[in-house]
Amino acid sequence: MKKAYDVIIIGGGIVGCAVAFELAKRGRSDILLIDKEYLSSGATGRCGAGIRQQWGSMLNATLAVESTHIFETLEDYTGYDRSCGLNQSGYLLLAYTEKEWEQFQENLAVQHSLGVDSFTVGLDENIYQYVPHINTAGLYGATFCQKDGHADPFHCTFAYAQGAKKMGVDILTYTHVDQILAEQGKVKGVLTDQGEFSANTIINCAGGWAPGLAAQVGDEIPVFPERHQIMVTEPVAPLGADGKYMPMVMSFSRKFYVQQTPHGSLIMGIGETEPISFNINSTWQFLEKCSKVVTDTLPALKELRIVRQWAGHYDMSPDRSPVIEFSPHAEGLVTICGFSGHGFMVAPRTAILVANALCGEDDSIDIKMFASSRFQSGKLLLEPSVV
Amino acid sequence: MADQTIVCRCEDVTREDILAAINAGCRTLDEIKRVTRAGMGPCQGRTCRNLIAQELAKIYGISVEDVLMPTFRAPVEPVKVGVLAQAYQEEEGENK
Ligand SMILES: Cc1cc2nc3c(=O)[nH]c(=O)nc-3n(C[C@H](O)[C@H](O)[C@H](O)COP(=O)(O)OP(=O)(O)OC[C@H]3O[C@@H](n4cnc5c(N)ncnc54)[C@H](O)[C@@H]3O)c2cc1C
Repeated sequence: MKKAYDVIIIGGGIVGCAVAFELAKRGRSDILLIDKEYLSSGATGRCGAGIRQQWGSMLNATLAVESTHIFETLEDYTGYDRSCGLNQSGYLLLAYTEKEWEQFQENLAVQHSLGVDSFTVGLDENIYQYVPHINTAGLYGATFCQKDGHADPFHCTFAYAQGAKKMGVDILTYTHVDQILAEQGKVKGVLTDQGEFSANTIINCAGGWAPGLAAQVGDEIPVFPERHQIMVTEPVAPLGADGKYMPMVMSFSRKFYVQQTPHGSLIMGIGETEPISFNINSTWQFLEKCSKVVTDTLPALKELRIVRQWAGHYDMSPDRSPVIEFSPHAEGLVTICGFSGHGFMVAPRTAILVANALCGEDDSIDIKMFASSRFQSGKLLLEPSVV
Repeated sequence: MADQTIVCRCEDVTREDILAAINAGCRTLDEIKRVTRAGMGPCQGRTCRNLIAQELAKIYGISVEDVLMPTFRAPVEPVKVGVLAQAYQEEEGENK
């Protein structure tokens, strides 16, 4: 096996695979991508895979809108022969206070400036055309965007990986990167449990594990793992209006989301404060609390049975926006992490941003603002609307 | 076993689907589950786990025990959301 590459990518989640694809597409295809398990074995394979364009900050909205355009044609874009499972069944966002509703109005203005077809939904008859079973008690307002939805996280990741492979990228799974090797302020390669590999550029896409790897060369990235749980019901007939699947229903103040997959099952989660930890055990307490929170708004779900639950971790950054760090300690090392629970939906555009920077191509987004120095300078990338 | 044999009855996954996933590089039950949905249905893999483990063991020349078993998590039997919500409410009440 080859031991020297131009680029080594650590991590075969959606981010690592998309970056491999975008770099190869730009002609830098002498790449080795390494994962300690299999592709999508990290947060990517455990995520809700929701895709929304109804964001509050211009930056997140831009990343999400441009990523959605790619998800819409990901099979053609990557040459994948299976479906990536995109289902644009919409997101209904709920506001429970006047303040939250004012924020939604500002968010709509941001979204409209980017051409997103999001709009206010009346709480009388109108809302039942989207979600027939909703309990509107306490609701202040709601917005909807049909082009929001979800995709299959495994197939999206495999699509990027296969596309990259076709352009010459090597992929090594079940291989653990033990150490990032640097010498005289420059990266040299990686030491793995399958031996050493050298490279000029190392892209650290190890998700929640990325800060630990970056710390090996002295980079301090304040991103921490936080457990988030999900539960899934048995598949049932479409619960939306007119025989359609129920769209994603989400509230930031009540901190929950629930959506129906094309398979018919409903998947749901809540936002809970958790200690910093890689613990991804599932708990019974979560099942009970999530059931309570979700059925307050959707009582009809009480009749459904939960068949499965699991957990994964968010890689949380202080301002809940991603960090893209060009290492100040080891030239050639780039760390991409801190997606704070919404990295799946912005991965396509983020990968383009990184690939453009590494290939010296222009980009409409300034990649420098993602550096972790923003946590000292105070130039935070704040987002008002997250669960 | 014939290729058209249904291995996972809940999700309608055939032996052929399983073999295709293994051919595409899947090495563990977890990977096969994610690609084919085998083991994700109401019975949560009670039957198909062993059948798939046998295929993996045969192809990779390892023992069935060495094929990684995916984690079994609660709930072991499907439970109604309403029952769970009720339990939460009662516990909250007690804590007050
Ligand atoms: C419960 C839950 C729900 C979510 N819902 C959504 C959602 O609806 N929408 C959305 O957009 N996002 C969602 N997310 C967030 C999303 O999953 C992540 O932001 C995204 O998957 C991050 O991708 P990644 O490639 O950066 O990380 P990961 O997928 O974690 O990939 C990192 C990879 O690096 C590998 N790795 C780590 N260390 C090493 C090492 N030393 N050597 C070799 N390999 C290594 C790991 O095995 C892993 O495969 C959710 C997350 C969770 C947990």
